Formats: sequence, structure tokens, C-alpha cells
Amino acid sequence: MSCFTSKFADELIANAAYIGTPGKGILAADESTGTIGKRLASINVENVESNRRALRELLFTTPGALPCLSGVILFEETLYQKSSNGTPFVDMLKSAGVLPGIKVDKGTVELAGTNGETTTQGLDGLGDRCKKYYEAGARFAKWRAVLKIGQNEPSELAIHENAYGLARYAVICQENGLVPIVEPEILVDGSHDIHKCAAVTERVLAACYKALSDHHVLLEGTLLKPNMVTPGSESAKVAPEVIAEHTVRALQRTVPAAVPAIVFLSGGQSEEEATRNLNAMNQLKTKKPWSLSFSFGRALQQSTLKTWGGKEENVKKAQEAFLVRCKANSEATLGIYKGDAKLGEGAAESLHVKDYKY
Amino acid sequence: MGRSLKLHICRCVRLQCGLLKAHFLPQFQTLHKIRSRHLPQSELSSPSPSPPPLLSRMSCFKSKFADELIANAAYIGTPGKGILAADESTGTIGKRFASINVENVESNRRALRELLFTTPGALQYISGIILFEETLYQKTSSGKLFVDVMKEAGVLPGIKVDKGTVELAGTNGETTTIGLDGLGDRCKKYYEAGARFAKWRAVLKIGNNEPSELAIHQNAYGLARYAVICQENGLVPIVEPEILVDGSHDIEKCAYVTERVLAACYKALSDHHVILEGTLLKPNMVTPGSDSGSKVKPEVIAEHTVRALQRTVPAAVPAVVFLSGGQSEEEATVNLNAINQLKGKKPWSLTFSYGRALQQSTLKAWGGKEENVEKAQKAFLARAKANSEATLGGYKGDAQLGEGASESLHVKDYKY
Repeated sequence: MSCFTSKFADELIANAAYIGTPGKGILAADESTGTIGKRLASINVENVESNRRALRELLFTTPGALPCLSGVILFEETLYQKSSNGTPFVDMLKSAGVLPGIKVDKGTVELAGTNGETTTQGLDGLGDRCKKYYEAGARFAKWRAVLKIGQNEPSELAIHENAYGLARYAVICQENGLVPIVEPEILVDGSHDIHKCAAVTERVLAACYKALSDHHVLLEGTLLKPNMVTPGSESAKVAPEVIAEHTVRALQRTVPAAVPAIVFLSGGQSEEEATRNLNAMNQLKTKKPWSLSFSFGRALQQSTLKTWGGKEENVKKAQEAFLVRCKANSEATLGIYKGDAKLGEGAAESLHVKDYKY
Repeated sequence: MGRSLKLHICRCVRLQCGLLKAHFLPQFQTLHKIRSRHLPQSELSSPSPSPPPLLSRMSCFKSKFADELIANAAYIGTPGKGILAADESTGTIGKRFASINVENVESNRRALRELLFTTPGALQYISGIILFEETLYQKTSSGKLFVDVMKEAGVLPGIKVDKGTVELAGTNGETTTIGLDGLGDRCKKYYEAGARFAKWRAVLKIGNNEPSELAIHQNAYGLARYAVICQENGLVPIVEPEILVDGSHDIEKCAYVTERVLAACYKALSDHHVILEGTLLKPNMVTPGSDSGSKVKPEVIAEHTVRALQRTVPAAVPAVVFLSGGQSEEEATVNLNAINQLKGKKPWSLTFSYGRALQQSTLKAWGGKEENVEKAQKAFLARAKANSEATLGGYKGDAQLGEGASESLHVKDYKY
């Protein structure tokens, strides 16, 4: 390698490539305690450890779902939890060929002198935490940087800070055997059109890859988790093919071929929208030297949550809803989704929350 | 990576090449008017091909020449073709002539270029020729403009637009390239004369403390500024950040520096809103230094080179056209061939932009004498054909070696 030589290099490269296996993707189940509280509140479920555990068990034990997944991102608490029969979640995932991942950032703080722009924190002691997580079974990590589009946003400062924060996080992960997911989310909030989103996305991604290069990150052992390129939430919707075209072009202009896979975030898209857009991308005929897959949270769990409502007797039905979305997205990574997934309750519902805070 | 994914990628790349072959071989005149669109299935010779790059509205700066730039850049990367770098300045060609005892006068410079451009059967292997300004306005002995000879043969004329290098104060002999002043006007003029692409050579070296951050930054941003000015005026910019082969470093060091330099270049190009689909990259291959004492196999050079490109060059760039540096004619061909045989992700075509490595044995065979022209043209044809095969990974190493074809062309601290 001509970047820094991590003793984990081969493993990082193999794991990153595995996550991008066609037909598979990532379930983002890493909602922090505060965030999952909001979700549980929306279905009138108490935010206690046993309920959080029960929800994740519901997802991980859904018959037929794990083959559609290459990885699951967990919150720290979940990394150490077990199923009701005593099997640690990480073991359950591993034996099903699913890599456990771990959210390692500590949320955002505002950048002084900006119009509400933020940077992400969590670098202090990150190396030690990564070591610990690797020992507990994690093999990849996630760190969410957030940018927004406005009159003067994103500013050069916000782009630089977030890009270099991501790069520093990435190399620390690699030093400790975790594949870093690089996530520079540009929020969908705003009334801008798709061209503006494309221009900003290209600028942000170019900055990210410069930062990763400066920090000697091994690109073959990373993943990218970007937003799709779409109009702003307050602007008119466009067809999936248009989103696909603008998104893939932005990636062609910025993401080196060494990156094995791109795992899109769903932002505020509904379950069905997210699947259709991913499908359109995989159908697009053009240069795509990385696999294009999903790392969906809300867009995989929304109808499952609603169906469950916290009740034991609903688990089976809720698992059916989850399987439907897993399969649909698996097909979308192959460009063969026919739009025929049985829509669960809320599957077509927008999941956009203005100025979303995790 | 899963096998099905590998196949999918190979299929996309192969079909894109197939599309380019079917799309860009017809009349040259239409090239300037080509609007790349999704072609109806019936127009294409291969089943379910990949269409040209996504075009709709640009999110970079909006050049009125966008479609033309994209079409021309893609054409230059046509599999089986590459660039002849015949842009030696008057001073530089003088050195070449001196080596074969030929006087450096305009008629001799004209005669050499005529020899090359009228070689029967050679131009089919060439998608573009880089010219020095003087040559852009010269004619054959029968009075036909060189640019017209090229156009009729489906070859795009290119023009060197930089004005050489100057040293950066406070560095250890590092340089930056000059030529930005009035560049826009000069590009306009060259476009009117028939040029469709340009070249600007930035130079970096490897040493204990080199290349410095300053040298990388200056050269990258100079290239980016040059690139966008070209695009504003209808010329496809070749971005050339040459890292000299001089030095005793190993191939790993060269790889590391090349990756660092290319990453800086693409950041600069992004900052300057350059349309990547309308550019070409002309990098050095990744090799050990000339004084390292070690030679490595073509496959090793290929692996390190392609990996460096995978790590830095966005897929939007249609073609990478390697410089030959100090490599002999045969080395440059064999290495290019190995690069094209390598199995891996290569979302850009990989071809040549050779000067010395296409002309060395031709020059020797000519020696400035009219009676040697035919022999010299045969030598040139042999190299052009060999390199064409190399772009397809099909070179068998059997080109009849002209005198000097295996001779290293390395000149220490080479100045153009």
C-alpha cells in the first residue's frame, strides 16, 4: 500500500467489499437512546431498555431478512445486548453473515460565526473506543457529518471542518480494524432545485476525498454514505430516473473507483421512494465502478415500527413488513425492483422531519 | 468483489467502448456537432450498450462548448487510438535535430512533421496530435494545411499552450508553469485555426522534501485555471502533472507521490468548476526512479499505476493518456499493454500521448534526408500500430524494432 500501512489492511478491504455485495445492504439500527425514544413515542411505546432490545430482536430475527443484509449499524448499547434466548446480537448477526457496525460519533455542535452550521464531535479517545468495539465484534463504523443548503451554506468552513473530521475519524477506525463509513449528509431541507443539490454534493464530496487523501486513508477499505441528489424538501418532486442521473453523475465526478461501495442514506424519503430511487440508479446505464446499495434506517423500519406498536402479538406481522422492505431494497440493488412490494402501513409516507436531529 | 459485479462492471466498460467505436468513427465533420444523447437501440451495434456520459444540465460552470468538449474528449479515448505528441518547442526540437545532425530551420521542422502526418496507414491509430504553435499554421509540401490533413483523417489537432516553467522561490529547484496571461484570447485564436484540445505541462520531482506542499498546490491550481480557460474557449484541456522519473526512490514512493499529486489536481479542478467529462489526464506511469537500480516488470508498473488512478481519478474523466517520460519506445508500449491487460476497475480508457516514445527510431531512420523518408515512415507506422495494439491489451511484443527502439530516452532533469 502506498497509504499508511494498517495491519488490518487486508481485512478492511475484504469487509468493505463484502458490504457492497450485490443484493445486500445495510440496516441502520443505530438510533441513539434519545432518537429511538422519539420513534417509540410515535407508537406509544415506553423508552426503556427492554423495549429497545425487543425492537432490535424483532428486526434481527425476522426469518429471511438477514440474507438481504451485509451489515447492521448498532448503537453502543445494542452491541452488548442479547436476544431473549441469551444469544448476543453480534453473534446472531455474524452467524448469518452480517457484519456488525457501530456508530462512533457523539453528535453535532454548532460552528461559531456560522448560520447554524455544525461540526461532528467524537474524536477524543476514539482509537481506544474502536479497539473496544472491535473486541466486541464490530467490523465497521459510522460517523455522520451534517451540512445544509442555504443562501450562504454550506460555507467553506463547514465543508472543510466536516471533511477533515470525517478523514481523521476514518484513519483512526482503520488503525483499529474498523471499516469507516464516510457519511457527509447534505440535508434535504430547503427550496433549492436538484441542480443546486448536485453542485453542493459534488463540492462536498470533492472536499471529502481530498481530506481522505491527505489523511492517508485506504480508500479500498472505506464506504461512502451520501445523500441522493434530489430537489429540496420544499421544492417540486422529480422522477426516480432524474434523481438517479444526477446522483450517479455527482458520484462519477468525485468518488474514486477504489471505493468499493456506496451505501445511500434515505434522508426524509419514504420507504417506497428510497427503494425506487435506488432501483433507478442501479438500472442506469453508465460508468459505475462502485456498487450502489442502501444504508437505510427510517426507510427500512417505518412500517415495521407502526405494525409492531410495541405489542408481542404484533411481532410476526411486523416482521413480515420488515422482510418486505428488505427484499425490495435487495432487488433495488440489482435494478430489478418491480414496485410491487406490498406496501405496509406508512410505506409511502414521507419520513422528512425538518432540520432532523438524530 | 462478487463475480456478478465484476462481470457487470466489465460489461459496462466494454459496451461503453463498443458504443464509442460505433459512434465516433464516422465523418469527422460531424464530431463538432455531436450532441451526446441516449441513442435508440437500433442505432447501436452492440446489445444493450451503455450510453455516453450523463449530460443534461451541468452543475459545473456552463460552457457553451460543453457537448463538443465531452464528445471530443471521449473521441480521443477511442480504444485503438492515442495521441502523438509532436509539440516540441523550437528549442527542444533543436536538440533532437542536433542528435541526428540536422539544421534547426523552419523547413526541416516542417519536413519532419510532414513525414509523420503523411505516413500511410498511421493516422488511423491516432485520435489527436499535439502541435507547437508554429506547426498549427504550417502546410505540406503540396500546400495543404497540416490541420486539414489531420481533420480529413479523423485526427483532432491539439496545441501546446503553456510557456514553460519557472522556479519557485524558496524551494529546492521546484517549478511552476507559466502561460495564463492572455490564455483565453490565445485559445480562441487556436480554436479558429482548427485546434480542439490543448496541453499544459506541470512538472514535479521526487526528492527528500519534494514535492513540497507549495509545489503541488501551485501546479495543481495552475492546471485547473488553465483547464477552465480552455473549456470556456472550446478546447479540451489535457491535464498533465508530470512527476519526473529522476531519483533513486522505489516504486512505492512514486505511487505515494502520484496519488498525492492527483488528489490535489482533482480537488483543484473541482474548485475551478471544470467539466471533468471534457478533460483528459496525462500522468506519468508509476515506476521506480531512474537511479533506483531496480527495474520492475510491466505487470508491476501496471498494478501500481492503475491502483493510483483508481484512488484518485473520477470515473467522469473519459480517458487517461500516459506520458512516456524517459522510457524507451518498446518499454512505453509494453507497459501500456500491461496496463490494458490488467483486470480491475478501469472506468476510463487508458492510452498514450507519446512524443519521444513514438518518434525516436523514426528520427534516427530519417536523419534529415529525403531518401530516408519512406524508411522513417515505416518505423513510425510500426510504433503507432504497436501502441494502438497496446491500448487494446493485444500487443505481442513483435513490432519490428527500429534502430533505437529499446534505447532509454531518459535525460536527467529533462527540460522541454
